[in-house]
Amino acid sequence: MSTPTLPAAAPATAPPRAAGPARPLLVLAVLTVCLIPLPFLLPPAQEAVAVRIMIFAIMGVSWNIMSGFGGMFSFGHAAYFGIGAYTSAYLLVNHGVSPWIGMAAGALLAALFGVLTGYLSFRYRLRGAYFALATFAFAEMLRLIAVNSDLVNRSVGFNVPLIEGSSWWLLQFPVGSANYYWVGLLLTAGAVAASICFLRSRTGRFVTAVRDDESAASSLGIPVMRYKLATIALSAALTAVAGVLYVQYYLFVNPDLAFGNAVSIQAIVVAVIGGVGTIWGPAIGAVVLGPLNDITATLLRNPPEYLSFLAGRSGLDVIIYALLLAVIILVLPKGLYGWIRERSRR
Amino acid sequence: MSTQQSSAERPAAPAPTAVDPPVEGRAARARPMLVRLGLVVAVAVVAVAAAYLRTGGSTIVVTQAVVTGLLLGGIYGLVAMGLTLIFGVLDIVNFAHGALMALAMYVTFVLVSQTGMDPYLTLLVSVPLLFLLGAAIQGGLLNRVMGQPLQNQLLLTLAISLIIQNVLLMVFTGNPQGVTADYGAPLSVFGAVAQAPRVIAFVAALLLAGVLTLLLRRTRIGTAIRAVAANPEGARLVGIDVRRIHILTFAIGTACAAAAGTLVTPFVTIEPLAGEVFNITAFVIVVLGGMGNVLGALVGGLLIGLAEQLGAVYFPEQSPMLTVFAVFVLVLFLRPQGLFGSRT
Repeated sequence: MSTPTLPAAAPATAPPRAAGPARPLLVLAVLTVCLIPLPFLLPPAQEAVAVRIMIFAIMGVSWNIMSGFGGMFSFGHAAYFGIGAYTSAYLLVNHGVSPWIGMAAGALLAALFGVLTGYLSFRYRLRGAYFALATFAFAEMLRLIAVNSDLVNRSVGFNVPLIEGSSWWLLQFPVGSANYYWVGLLLTAGAVAASICFLRSRTGRFVTAVRDDESAASSLGIPVMRYKLATIALSAALTAVAGVLYVQYYLFVNPDLAFGNAVSIQAIVVAVIGGVGTIWGPAIGAVVLGPLNDITATLLRNPPEYLSFLAGRSGLDVIIYALLLAVIILVLPKGLYGWIRERSRR
Repeated sequence: MSTQQSSAERPAAPAPTAVDPPVEGRAARARPMLVRLGLVVAVAVVAVAAAYLRTGGSTIVVTQAVVTGLLLGGIYGLVAMGLTLIFGVLDIVNFAHGALMALAMYVTFVLVSQTGMDPYLTLLVSVPLLFLLGAAIQGGLLNRVMGQPLQNQLLLTLAISLIIQNVLLMVFTGNPQGVTADYGAPLSVFGAVAQAPRVIAFVAALLLAGVLTLLLRRTRIGTAIRAVAANPEGARLVGIDVRRIHILTFAIGTACAAAAGTLVTPFVTIEPLAGEVFNITAFVIVVLGGMGNVLGALVGGLLIGLAEQLGAVYFPEQSPMLTVFAVFVLVLFLRPQGLFGSRT
């Protein structure tokens, strides 16, 4: 590393790095261990909600690394999610390759794609809304290519074949198996751990410095481009992992589910509701948003007496979701975690 | 480096404003507008000529593509005009624009099917109605998140768009609707077919572009809008009520979307998501034409309409939108300030 040494190794008294990632990692470990026995306590029907929460959480955490910590607003995380989902589905369905290998391959491909598009964008000095629109365009282009490509079955997509019994190697278990939950928990904990380590690492510190004041950072000799690309690579790779988990759980993927605009929005919404630029915010956002679909769906299926006129109206669940989104943005502009933290500091 | 620790968990700093796009101080800025316009036209002519060569004998296919592309491009331009105003003045990436356009389509649909009005007469209802709705949205919701990070405004417009679309879905169901009216035989342009409603929409788009340009260039209000776009702080200091200008601008932008929505009803399928594809195309055009540049939006619209239809001739296997996005990315990289990017 030819990077000029910045005074990141702080003074002897109260060195900021001494705290290091240890404390949040400890919290994460304790949380994860506490969550392991959850499938024994919850009714099996809730497992789908738990897995959805974890897919959301991985997406939100990854988006937050690039856009919250890195300040590079992405409106196209569907690109990375879809690359992960499609790579593993393609390898598994057409070549019988294990999803674990597919996960590694998908993460690598997504990182490469992120670095390539990121390099081009920064090379041409896109930022803010322009960068966001570029990422959006890249994801949409991948969607359109997938829709028109025979290699990935056009708009039909992939159905992952069902196998009999359990297989850790093929990451398939009988419906309702708690194994899906534990795999998801492991991957989510890994993503949050990556986010913590990233933020406390040299790269993470440089990237937040670049976010806060790019010209000052680059005048200090920080190679801005390299650190930004590293951030995108990490974010893209983690998002791809969420894509793989999605395919393995729902056993189905098509261009809209993988590269659709709704996927990018989901990643952003989770992070914004929880709190952008915080370690725990995206996970909290996922816990809030994950069950929302089920709650509204149940409410609409069996509405209480005074709401009976709502029964069976399609579209209402999305309206409730959108209203909640709007209210949180208007009332808690820093997200739930940002709000809690502000309150507790006062 | 004491700032490093404290900055670690701070929320993202506000993104650089879009009003100040990254412009490289090249000679391009000094190049006269006419030369650039000439270049653009030359490229378009070459593309059309190449399309003729490619198809060999069947010139009618290309002629039809050019005619359809230009007529459609006028509508794209009209949608993009509203969006470019909002983007340029308020710095908001407005994802609700397409949904508002769909709302106008339904206003027209209801009036035509209930009262038997002429679809074009419903402009008198849909445009003022959406003007007021736009004012209410900006005044009631968006003004509260002005100056916050990019994602908050973007998500709020997304939420508004989801609400509008799904209310339409609840009220009218997802079944596609249509407005039929008899406007006589289609016109013939060099052997290509041009339906009367498309021509009317095209002409109306040109007229509205003219009106909007006059409004922005020749009136006090237009001057105030341009002042707010260029320098909100300065505008505030000289006594402009920036908040009111924001409301007015969003309302005008929404009215443009309404006009476009009503004008296309005779030849598109009306459904809750009907505005989405216009919205996405309009983003491309806004960047292409230069943010906040109304005439740029019109020319950009024509170009994108042409690119889309010619793309279908060049790459019949691919979706025409792929051509649109390819053009988009190229423009973003090469001229992020837009083809006619005069910095406001």
